[in-house]
Amino acid sequence: MRRLIVGAMALACVQLVHAQPTTAEGIARYREMLADGNPADLFEAKGEGLWKQKRGPKVASLEQCDLGKGRGVVKGAFVELPRWFADTQRVQDLESRLLTCMETLQGLDPTVIAATPFGRGEQANMEALAAYVSAASRGQKMSLPQGHTKEREMFELGKRVFFFRGGPYDFSCASCHGEAGKRIRLQDLPELTKNPGDGIGFAAWPAYRVSSGEMWSMQRRLNDCYRQQRFPFPGFASDATIALGVYMGVNAKGAESIAPAIKR
Amino acid sequence: MNLQRRVALQHGASVAGLMLSLGLLPGVAHAQAAGFNRAAFDAKTLAEVLKALGAGAPTESKDITLQAPDIAENGAVVPLGASTSLAGVKRMLFLVEKNPSALAAAFDLNEGIDANVSTRVKMGQTSNVYAVAFTADNRVLFAQKEVKVTLGGCGG
Amino acid sequence: MADPMRVRAQVKGTGAEVRVLMAHEMETGQRRDAAGKLIPAWHITEVTAQHNGKPVLTAHWGPAVSKNPFMFFALKSAKAGDKVVVSWKDNRGDSRTDEAVVA
Repeated sequence: MRRLIVGAMALACVQLVHAQPTTAEGIARYREMLADGNPADLFEAKGEGLWKQKRGPKVASLEQCDLGKGRGVVKGAFVELPRWFADTQRVQDLESRLLTCMETLQGLDPTVIAATPFGRGEQANMEALAAYVSAASRGQKMSLPQGHTKEREMFELGKRVFFFRGGPYDFSCASCHGEAGKRIRLQDLPELTKNPGDGIGFAAWPAYRVSSGEMWSMQRRLNDCYRQQRFPFPGFASDATIALGVYMGVNAKGAESIAPAIKR
Repeated sequence: MNLQRRVALQHGASVAGLMLSLGLLPGVAHAQAAGFNRAAFDAKTLAEVLKALGAGAPTESKDITLQAPDIAENGAVVPLGASTSLAGVKRMLFLVEKNPSALAAAFDLNEGIDANVSTRVKMGQTSNVYAVAFTADNRVLFAQKEVKVTLGGCGG
Repeated sequence: MADPMRVRAQVKGTGAEVRVLMAHEMETGQRRDAAGKLIPAWHITEVTAQHNGKPVLTAHWGPAVSKNPFMFFALKSAKAGDKVVVSWKDNRGDSRTDEAVVA
């Protein structure tokens, strides 16, 4: 059944490509050439500026933001998110935590930010901040904590969300990412029920997408997955999306983060 | 631009006329702009581009190295590199044959810089790509390669 | 002034390699918006580079150069501490200049 669905989706994507070893090598070479100068650098620089800039009604910077490793500690924070935060009594991912800090430190309105379309206004700033924070952990290995009950609960919730089928095509995340060796056109689909490897899957986002010339955070990536499944998006920084991050991130334990990466 | 080249250009009267009238870029000093004709960006073929730039007939040459992927996952960003160990190269061009305008980028080089430049271009479809070098003795040499363009998948 | 570029220059052999990332839409002028209207062309037209105050490169670009352009060039002879300045101008008259020290 699942095979039929993936087949249908491949057709829905219009073009089928017969993969040969040379094509795969060609694509690998293309990606290698692109890695030399990643425009994500520009967003990293912008994000660093935003982190240090005094903004919002409270005219404060984000330099006191606690991303899980202490106030203002950016290095190493990314590979431990999502995690439990005592001050909000919630498990939070990077974007959710940035929202918290933007609200409490700077006085910005998180509801307005969450409702802003990706790539515009504060959402554009969010993506730059995500690029900056993730860059500070580049090369480090994913190591999400699972010591707190809530962290383990969110892992279980994430697993259920991952396998939940719905929408007009009856898709779930697992339809594409539940088995090894799947592909859509030229994109290899990482299996996210386990560790797909260094710099793959969860360890590859945020990423600069050359096709649109935009910086995509994990929240935006999930939003687009849901769009492709013809689901309504669960909501920016919602528990469902955070739970998925916990599930994928815990499964990717030990994978090296290459974020912010560059993708087609 | 040196006197030798200016004299060579003036031999082609219409080309010279174009060069002089269109050599100015908005807001750029005359001296800097002289020698590059932005009408070249309207040209549709390698021959037309070279004509707009007042250059002679091109010769394919193994001395020019064009670095380009065999296949690009997305036509929005295709990395291209052009290099040569020949001395005295003054200008290098990248052309994408099937683009609405063939000339993508031109690089004018002074001494002090190697003849080795790279950038990324948009390609509308699978097409021949050219790296062209103008040598000190006014020869026009090029290398070409077909770059396949495909659209990646739905996801990452 | 427009968003900053990233200019990185590194010694390589007797020279230096310079990599530049520019923040620019590079709109071709061929795309249409949701209402079907053509989005006007907006792109970098000229890029210049200087090494220790001496011009080394002038690039002329059309709209086919990719968004958030990347550029690479190599200085023949350079050493750590040398200054590299890169500037661009676009067809709307906007411009940007950034510099880097060769590392």
